[in-house]
Amino acid sequence: MAFNPKTACHLCHSRKAVMKRPKTLQKLCKECFYNVFETEIHNTIISANLFHKGERVAIGASGGKDSTVLAHILKTLNERYDYGLELVLLSIDEGIVGYRDDSLATVKRNKEQYQMPLEIVSYKELYSWSMDEIVACAGIRSSCTYCGVLRRQALDRGAARLGIAHVVTGHNADDMAETVLMNLLRGDVNRLESSTNIITQSSGSPIKRSKPFKYTYEKEIVLYAHYKKLDYFSTECTYAPEAFRGTARTLLKSLEAIKPSCIIDIIQSGENFKLKPKKQRKNVVKRNTAQEIEVRGDGSVSLNKDGNKCESCGYLSTNKICKACILLKGLESSRAKVPIEGGNIAIDGAAQVTKKLETLSF
Amino acid sequence: MLTINVEFLGGLDAIFGHVREHTVQVEDGSNFRELTQHLVEHLLKDRKDEDVFIEDGSIRPGILVLINDTDWELEGEDEYELQDKDLITFTSTLHGG
Repeated sequence: MAFNPKTACHLCHSRKAVMKRPKTLQKLCKECFYNVFETEIHNTIISANLFHKGERVAIGASGGKDSTVLAHILKTLNERYDYGLELVLLSIDEGIVGYRDDSLATVKRNKEQYQMPLEIVSYKELYSWSMDEIVACAGIRSSCTYCGVLRRQALDRGAARLGIAHVVTGHNADDMAETVLMNLLRGDVNRLESSTNIITQSSGSPIKRSKPFKYTYEKEIVLYAHYKKLDYFSTECTYAPEAFRGTARTLLKSLEAIKPSCIIDIIQSGENFKLKPKKQRKNVVKRNTAQEIEVRGDGSVSLNKDGNKCESCGYLSTNKICKACILLKGLESSRAKVPIEGGNIAIDGAAQVTKKLETLSF
Repeated sequence: MLTINVEFLGGLDAIFGHVREHTVQVEDGSNFRELTQHLVEHLLKDRKDEDVFIEDGSIRPGILVLINDTDWELEGEDEYELQDKDLITFTSTLHGG
């Protein structure tokens, strides 16, 4: 093909540009795009000091584009820059027929393609409920609420089972901007302040989470996966996404179409948002802090010290009863007590857990 | 007539009869906008789903478009003049990762 300066890559000035970067509006060829994409993520990892040599890291893998690209990139960078990481794939099986079973098949192929061990934890084994059963019981509208709370704990427990203290997830810049926007629209200033942190850790939890794709645009992740022909799974979850989040996403995409830098601009606003330090209450003599408990508006009870255990499931929780247990307890009360004839031949293990849950009191 | 190959990825195939690859015929000299109009009229299964694909007369933001594997933003977007045997790829980025 004849050289045409109009279509040449802005970096190498020789090959034909194939994409336009949303962040910088630069037009790049495939090779320069790979290079810039990988190097930027490496720089994020180094400047945030995400890893240390010899660290074992679990990649939260759903089989979707983000986590598939994350596994590919971490493997590439680990070899190229000698991070000395031991990488493991960690997947959650929520129990959604027709969605998660297909995406798990993708993760199993990724295991072979990237030569990484794979651990799968299921809601059913952890909580004795699959998402399909939860939706059948609680309805489709609150599916994201349940799924979100349960997934967070499931990832922690899966990592703990592997003896790993660091989980990386494929959350990208678009996800982060969307979360900032949602917290802003809901007036949730506490979350707004922490929503742009690259590393997060629940108090009391020994497991930290990080987001190496914090500054990586979704468009570039999709393009990277497409050009590199990575094997990923893409189908919408069969349960309706949270309406508010969906609307925030549409708004963000429309803004991006007008001004692509807005995604990084929103993240920057979030990063610089600092709350005034909370006023200290006067006249409170510090007593034995271990005894101090606070009853919150929603009825949950908090113990001020880190490292508490949920009284119900024994898992780490800042509250007396962890959020997963509160949700599950609500479900148990509406679960059908008599299984339909022939429809539910429970396996011993699952049946035992169900019995145990039914006898728990709060 | 021009023969155009069309791919729907990232879950977009769901509104096109769950078929990822299609071949369509359009008039000589058609541009990209005329192709999308053709897709909506002939390939979309249910006109109710039109706003999953189209917004304000163009491709909805959040759907990545490639023309022969090149970002359509470099090819003139809706004004791009179609060539025989072009491969057009639509990938939805709106789905979870």
